[in-house]
Amino acid sequence: MSTGVTEPKGANNDTVRRLNMIEAINDALDIMLERDPDVIVLGEDVGYFGGVFRCTAGLQEKHGKTRVFDTPISECGIIGVAVGMGAYGLRPVPEIQFADYIYPGLDQLVSEAARLRYRSATEYIAPMTVRTPFGGGIFGGQTHSQSPEALFTHVSGLKTVIPSTPYDAKGLLISCIEDNDPVIFFEPKRIYNGPFSGYYDKPAEPWKRHPQSEVPEGYYRIPLGKARTVTEGEALTVLAYGTMVHVAESVCREKGVDAEILDLRTLAPLDIEAIEASVKKTGRCLIVHEATRTSGFGAELSALVTERCFYHLEAPVERVTGFDTPYPHSLEWAYFPGPIRIGEAIDQLLSE
Amino acid sequence: MADRPDADREAGANKPALRLHVPEPKSRPGDTVDFSHVPVSQPGKQPRPDEACDARETEGLCHDLIRVLGDDDRAHGPWDPKLDPDTLRTMLGHFALVRAFDERMFRGQRQGKTSFYMKCTGEEATSVSAAMALASDDMVFPSYRQQGVLIARGYDLVEMINQIYSNKGDKLKGRQLPIMYSSREHSFFSISGNLATQTPQAVGWAMASAIKGDSRIAATWVGEGSTAEGDFHSACTFATVYNAPVILNVINNQWAISSFSGFAGSERTTFAARALGYGLAGLRVDGNDALAVYAAQRWAANRARANAGPTLIEYFTYRAEGHSTSDDPTGYRSAQEREEWPLGDPVMRLKNHLIALGEWDEDRQTEMDREAAERVKAATKEAEKNGILGHGMHQPFRTMFEDVFEELPWNLKEQAEQATRERLIKFNGGRPK
Ligand SMILES: Cc1ncc(C[n+]2csc(CCOP(=O)(O)OP(=O)(O)O)c2C)c(N)n1
Repeated sequence: MSTGVTEPKGANNDTVRRLNMIEAINDALDIMLERDPDVIVLGEDVGYFGGVFRCTAGLQEKHGKTRVFDTPISECGIIGVAVGMGAYGLRPVPEIQFADYIYPGLDQLVSEAARLRYRSATEYIAPMTVRTPFGGGIFGGQTHSQSPEALFTHVSGLKTVIPSTPYDAKGLLISCIEDNDPVIFFEPKRIYNGPFSGYYDKPAEPWKRHPQSEVPEGYYRIPLGKARTVTEGEALTVLAYGTMVHVAESVCREKGVDAEILDLRTLAPLDIEAIEASVKKTGRCLIVHEATRTSGFGAELSALVTERCFYHLEAPVERVTGFDTPYPHSLEWAYFPGPIRIGEAIDQLLSE
Repeated sequence: MADRPDADREAGANKPALRLHVPEPKSRPGDTVDFSHVPVSQPGKQPRPDEACDARETEGLCHDLIRVLGDDDRAHGPWDPKLDPDTLRTMLGHFALVRAFDERMFRGQRQGKTSFYMKCTGEEATSVSAAMALASDDMVFPSYRQQGVLIARGYDLVEMINQIYSNKGDKLKGRQLPIMYSSREHSFFSISGNLATQTPQAVGWAMASAIKGDSRIAATWVGEGSTAEGDFHSACTFATVYNAPVILNVINNQWAISSFSGFAGSERTTFAARALGYGLAGLRVDGNDALAVYAAQRWAANRARANAGPTLIEYFTYRAEGHSTSDDPTGYRSAQEREEWPLGDPVMRLKNHLIALGEWDEDRQTEMDREAAERVKAATKEAEKNGILGHGMHQPFRTMFEDVFEELPWNLKEQAEQATRERLIKFNGGRPK
């Protein structure tokens, strides 16, 4: 089973700090700005102010205004200029303030960045890491809560990466910035400050006490395309990413289910080996994501598992997802795929 | 909240009733052409502000039309770039080559050697003369009608034709639509079929050049129809905000397929005047006047190099031929338009200028045209050795899966294997490539 967690290279493991995800992302950007003069951070409010979620705080002051700067409110412009910067030889890290606002820049990402290497037969590439917070659970209403990851996994030439812990966020982001392909890096904003059990009425847990918030100082990478085994188990496999890794973990723990939880970490490229091995071992598969159900990434996962593990399956693949509605502000928690929905799906899976 | 003038009447019964305006060109097929609405300014009469001037000083030039070559075939006024006869002959030579190339490729498409072609007849100056005013390593982000830039930069004609034929010699591996060239060696960006996307990319490249303290600038070309795309407006905003060393060339050739320029807003103002709202320098230039085009592009390049800011240039020209081989312009515009276009033909005007200078004659022109046709013919033959579209001499099919990512992921590996199996079946166990 590939867990993919490589020993941090060059990291000083003695000086381990506990960071939340925002700080870990900030740390990764800081390190990459330091190491590589071609790394440029740009986006709405990322410069002087340090981003609405503070992920880029202090970076402009430290690295200068031409390395970290604010942009006009034009997602088409932000991604479009990043394509040009990439073609020049820079490694831009554009921030889209909320994943919900990526649509005005979609064409530049999908038709331009993603296909530049192919269409120019490698004459030009668009190495860039588009960072964007996504997902709900913060009362952001329908325009600050979407999970559009499936749209991007459908695009040939784009990589889609989603961390679920501060440790991963740093190591994955460093890999993304060094990658020569365009990457979209979705940051699960519900867990920026701490893991989330799925019980919205319980006080949020800060990252302070969580082992996955132990972030080594300095540079380390987590390879793209490698899932992380969150818990090993025999009864069923749970495939999740981002916020839902934590929700699924807490539900399984609470129910005392011997689940094998895989945090996919990158949806494209996908760690098919880890998925196959786990499902073949457990014979049951639950897929959890927050995005709307129809044509969500769960559909792809379900098809893959069915195609590859059919004779090992003891029950039909189950999907737990958000509903096929926009994210309703006041009914956010009715929409959210929380412990009840996950719990029922687990019961269903185990009863077959 | 204010009431409508007749608030007591039913909704929708405003007075007067509102009417939608749908633009309509001045003439349609069969109509007599009247170009009196086209303002043809007097050559030499437009002021030439300092290249480092405040953008606002170009306001008048956004509505006027910068012209150099007069009816007397002489150069006039402060915009005369004062090019030496050798340079002018070189420019004319590029024009001849572009025309010959377009002619042959158009025929090639009709003969089924490729799927598609786009001519730039009448617009040669907007790419050739503009390219000659740039340094050879300035980065260009073209649209699809700038073959003149490649020709002016000396790109190998055989490479161009290989691309058009999508044959086994095509270095873009047969993936791009014909004429969507890319040549990093010639600082020529890969062309996109999605209109106007290249404009913010050019600005981004120019920003990168400035971030790195480089000396190279960027230039981009976009059709007047495509200026309506959001990308173009993003490009203008970013260019002005960061004072990017970039030139935004708008080729106003009056038509966007069958839609006249009114559908991009030309009835209300000029395309050059788009610059004003952004605080960009703007120039409106006779695009069929090779000297004016050269001078304007040079002005903007010097301005960018001096860190004085970006420039938006509207080249006012006319698309003499169809939009592409898939288009029949007789279906939507008067056939006379081409003949009566008041700004003439850029090739004839430059030729007549050289003749007026005593530096050229009709015999030499005939010889130049013949040589250009010969060169293109020879290049075509050479390229045809690598195959034409759909005749089996295409790229090895495995290349289809290459370059999607830097490394082949498992799903593409599996799909490539499937494609190999299909080939084996098709060729009955023979040798699939
Ligand atoms: C985003 C996008 N929309 C539509 C098209 C289809 N299309 C191709 S060329 C064209 C007209 C462009 O006109 P203009 O920008 O004036 O350039 P011209 O062809 O006149 O040089 C259209 C609508 C496209 N290629 N891309």
